[in-house]
Order: sequence, then C-alpha cells, then structure tokens
Amino acid sequence: MKMMRMINLVRGSVMKIHGLSRASRCLAAEGGVRGLSSSSGPRVCIVGGGPAGFYTAQQLLKARQDAAVDVYERLPVPFGLVRFGVAPDHPEVKNVINTFTQTAQHERCSFHGNVNVGKDVTIDELRQAYHAVVLSYGAEGNRSMGISGEDLPGVFSAKDFVGWYNGLPSNKELRPDLSCETAVILGQGNVALDVARILLAPVEMLKETDITQNALEALAGSKVRRVLIVGRRGPLQIACTIKELREMVNLPNTRADMLPADFEGIAEALKDLPRPRKRLTELMMKAAKEGGDDKAEKCWGFRFFRSPVEVIAGADGKRATGIRLALNKLEGSGESARAEVTGQLEDVDCGLIISSIGYKSIPIDPAVPFDPRRAIVPNEMGRVQDTAGLYCSGWVKRGPTGVIATTMNDSFDTARVLIQDMEAGKLDLSVNKPGAQAITALLQTRGVRTVLFSQWEKITAEEEKRGKSLGKPREKPLDVDEMLKIA
Amino acid sequence: MLAQQDSMAFRKCVQVLLRSSLAPLCHPGSTRTHPRFLHTVLRLCSQSQPNGSSGSKVLVHFVNQSGVKSSVFVTEGETLLDVVIKKNLDISGFGACEGTLACSTCHLIFEESVYDKLEPVVDDEVDMLDLAYGLTKTSRLGCQVTVERWMDGMTVHVPQEIKDQRGKQEAVSSK
Repeated sequence: MKMMRMINLVRGSVMKIHGLSRASRCLAAEGGVRGLSSSSGPRVCIVGGGPAGFYTAQQLLKARQDAAVDVYERLPVPFGLVRFGVAPDHPEVKNVINTFTQTAQHERCSFHGNVNVGKDVTIDELRQAYHAVVLSYGAEGNRSMGISGEDLPGVFSAKDFVGWYNGLPSNKELRPDLSCETAVILGQGNVALDVARILLAPVEMLKETDITQNALEALAGSKVRRVLIVGRRGPLQIACTIKELREMVNLPNTRADMLPADFEGIAEALKDLPRPRKRLTELMMKAAKEGGDDKAEKCWGFRFFRSPVEVIAGADGKRATGIRLALNKLEGSGESARAEVTGQLEDVDCGLIISSIGYKSIPIDPAVPFDPRRAIVPNEMGRVQDTAGLYCSGWVKRGPTGVIATTMNDSFDTARVLIQDMEAGKLDLSVNKPGAQAITALLQTRGVRTVLFSQWEKITAEEEKRGKSLGKPREKPLDVDEMLKIA
Repeated sequence: MLAQQDSMAFRKCVQVLLRSSLAPLCHPGSTRTHPRFLHTVLRLCSQSQPNGSSGSKVLVHFVNQSGVKSSVFVTEGETLLDVVIKKNLDISGFGACEGTLACSTCHLIFEESVYDKLEPVVDDEVDMLDLAYGLTKTSRLGCQVTVERWMDGMTVHVPQEIKDQRGKQEAVSSK
C-alpha cells in the first residue's frame, strides 16, 4: 500500500516531491538576500555558480557557523558544467545538483543569477562589499588547434558542440551540418568520447535524456556513420578513462575500427602498467582485435600518432571536406612520452571536425592577475598572487582538467585556506561588510535583474513540466530571455 | 507525520524511484544498476514501515579523513553510503553521485579479513575505483557494500586525502 502511494507521488508533480524532501530536511526554504542574520560574521562572495563555487560555499558554511556566502553566476541558471557539460546520457553524474541545491537553500547562503561579474559589477566593488572573494568561474574558452582552415564551416570546438546539445544559450545557433558520413574528433579525452558517443548513440536512447530537442532532431537526421578519434601520441597515453571507453565498445549497432599498426609493442608493455592503465589498454586492445558486428551500420575508432596540420576546404573553398594529419613517432614512454614529427602526412575525408583539445580560462577583470601562458589565475594554494582577500577554486585555479570529484577536493582545499586566513587574522573581520545588500542595490541602479534561487526553482519546474510532455527529464529553455520570463 | 529516520528512508525511496522513472538507467549494453535500483527501492520501502526497520543492528566504526572515529549502529541491508548519509557522519564530499557508480568519493578501506568476505567486485565498480586516490588492496566503494550481521565490529577508513586520480593514473599502485 505504501509502495503504491509512493509510486503515485512520483508520478505526481515533481514540485511536490521537492517540497516533501525539503520539509523533511527542515531547511529554511526561502532564497533571498540574507542581510539580516549574523551581520557580524564574515561575508564571502563566490564568483561562479558551478561545482567549484558550490563546493567552496559548502565547505565555508560548514566550517564557520557565522559565515554568510553569496554565489554570483552569469547565467540565470546555476550549476555550470554539471548542467551544460556533462553528457545527457550521464544523469547519475548530475546527482551532485542535489547537494548544491541544499547548499543554495542554506539560510546563510544566497544565489544571484544573471549577474555578469566584470561587466555588471567589478571585482573591486565585490571586494569592497565582502571580506573575501573567491573566483570559481571556470574555463569558458577553448584551446585552438592553430591550423589553417580552423574557422571554416564544419569545424567546431568540442566545448561549443557539447554546449549545443546541452542547451547552453551561447551555442543555440550552432546548427552543425550532420549530413556527412565521417566525423573526425581531435583529442582523446572523455569530452572527445562524449561527443563521439552522442554522434553515434541510437536516437531511441537519446530521446529519453535531457538533450535539447533541437539537437535531438538534428541527430535524428544525421548521416554521420563513422567517427575517428585522433590523438597525437599512442594508446598508452590516451587521456580518456575506462568507463567512457566501455560505453563506446557497448554502443548498439556500431563496431570498432582501429589500425593494428597503432598497437605494435603494446601487448608487451601491459605487464608493467599500473592497474587502471592496464585495464584501459586491455579493453582498447580487445576492441581493436574483435571489432564487433560486421553488419553494424556505424563505426568508430581511435587513430594514434597523428596531429592536425590543416583543414582541407572543398572546391568552392567554403567548407571543410577533410583534414590533413601529420604522422608522429613517440620519444620516451609513459605519461611523459613526446610526439615528434616524421614528415609524413595523411589526408582524411570528413565533413565534420571537432577539436577536443581542452577548455581554457579567460581573464575576468583587469584588477585580477592572470597568467596567459597557463591560462589560470596565478595563485598559491588558492590565494591569488599579490591580492589579499582574493581566492580561487576549480578550473580557473588549476587548469581545465579533472572530474567533478577533482574540483570538489580542490574547492575544499581553497575553503580551508580561506578559513585559516580568517582565523590567523589575515582578513580583517572586525570591519563590517555590507555583502549582498550593497551589491544588489548597485545592480538595481544599473538595471540588472538578478535571479534568486527560488526563481531558478520556477525555471527548473517549468523545464521538468515541458520535459514530461516529451518523455524527457526536462526540456531546457534555449535563451536567457526565456529563462528570465519564466523566473 | 513521519519520524525522522522513516522520512529519510522515504525520501531516499522517492529519490530512487524518481531516478528510475526519469533517468535512462539501462545504458545500452552495460551491466549497470537497474536491478539494483529496484532492489534498493524494495529494501528501503520495507524499512520505512512505521513499526521500525526489519534488520538487526550492526556496530560499524568509521575513521574519517582527519583520523576521527565515529561508531554507529547500522541496520543490516543498508549500504555503507546509506549509513554515512543517514547518520550524518562527518566525511567531506562523500557519495557525490548518490550511489550510481559515477564517482569514487565513497571510497572506503576495509580490514583484510572483512574485505575477503565481501561480495565480489564487478567491472563497473573497479572502473570507478581505478580513479580513486589512495587506492589499496582492500578498497571498495561504500555504495556497493551492503551491511551484513557478520560485519559487526568492523572498522572502515576513509583515505587520508580524498582526491580523484584522474590525470595521475600511473601513480596508483599496480595490484
């Protein structure tokens, strides 16, 4: 009986479930400006509402019962790459949103969406209003290949492609042409594998995820049948992890197509490898050897020892029709092996080229030091160089690699350092800081409409409602204006 | 009104049902968690009966990342992740993916005698364990280990510094 009641509850409105779980946790539910309670405690501002921002906030709130934390986010909606980067068919990875929601709903935390730090408000203004500011704004740019033809139609960064199928407003108009047979992805990390998998996954599976409807329709009409995932070095240097490789191997109606020459000498090296690398390599070799069902309509494969040197344009010069690759040889071994040119070249016909060679942070404000070579904010354990009261966490601090758990630990580290500085008197907590009250007032005079967490809750409820009618967990609105209208 | 513990179990139950009805559990061709979710749902539903839980109480000691020990009585049939959440143990960032084999933050180190008697580990768990920092010969993911009576008195450790191993695959000992 209780089971039936539970099942009906689930089938009922999602908001009811959110309400029930919130009530059972007995949290103060309102998201608003927390200017009234504990005005004598430290006030911390966090720039960026993704995993780094929320995990930093979480740790700060836990460590100091008198701290108030405000999270500012450029988009009206929170959660950053968890929402816009994690693949639609990896919903379990997005479960962290639940813990971030708890943090945002904490009585000493407030979320302010639709605020562009650096443009709507400066870092200096934030530093005046808060005892400490933490930069957690991640990496919104991407590394370019630096080859001719990179700007031709048909060439995309993985960051943009992923943003497109995940509903990031700035990638709404991407409209990738999927009418070619072969797609080439440069880079062999997990993002590259996500892109390959989304390109080849059965539409019946994708249509039950939170992939955007326009991407779903484009993929339903896609003619792409072959995806090559190209890396500069060899199988032992591949950057992806085994879970993602397994998913490629298990893709229905696809077979693996690799070059035996790429695997020369690998079997002999297996016995000396640490377990994670060994298991990954064994799976790859098995896939290379077995291939899969010959009747499979689609295929994918790694191509090793190849670097892109030029995008080849068609006869009219108007779009990409192929890519020229330089063949490399490996100097050294293991993680530090280097790719050296051999002078040999190889052309691959393809109509879709996706460069997945890394995200890249950009400077946010002239007042903040930035290292353009490493594309991070220079820092010592999270303390921004030469700038008291300014900290950083996540990709903007260490560079754009790692999974959510990596960022989690990094954010905890920054929070601990900040707390240490508070306790050692390095931050003057005796001065009263106005916090969100001052910033909200400032933003109002500038005509900026902030989105509070309770308003995000309206947006997510609407997304879930729209998704339900489509048989999906949610349908994301594709532009900021629409999000603001719902809020 | 539901009692605190019942409402926790109920909420977990609802979360699991929500996941199972809204999320694509059966990833094409994988050996993943669909049957386990249903099992968990049934187990948790039985625990939320108003007259208290059905299993016996087992004593488990947890040692966290700072070496602090917490001793708790747990119910047979719960996973160690359930225990950490329910008992609100002070282990930072535990169970980020909520028991869906999508992270390694519930990594626990067992005593050898206990480890040897655990249910054998499946590929999906090893895939995530391979990314955990401080991996040992007796490491498992807490979300995959269900409490049983014979575990009474065991001690589990959280690794000293919980970090993800991605990008440092060669540093993990080859065992």
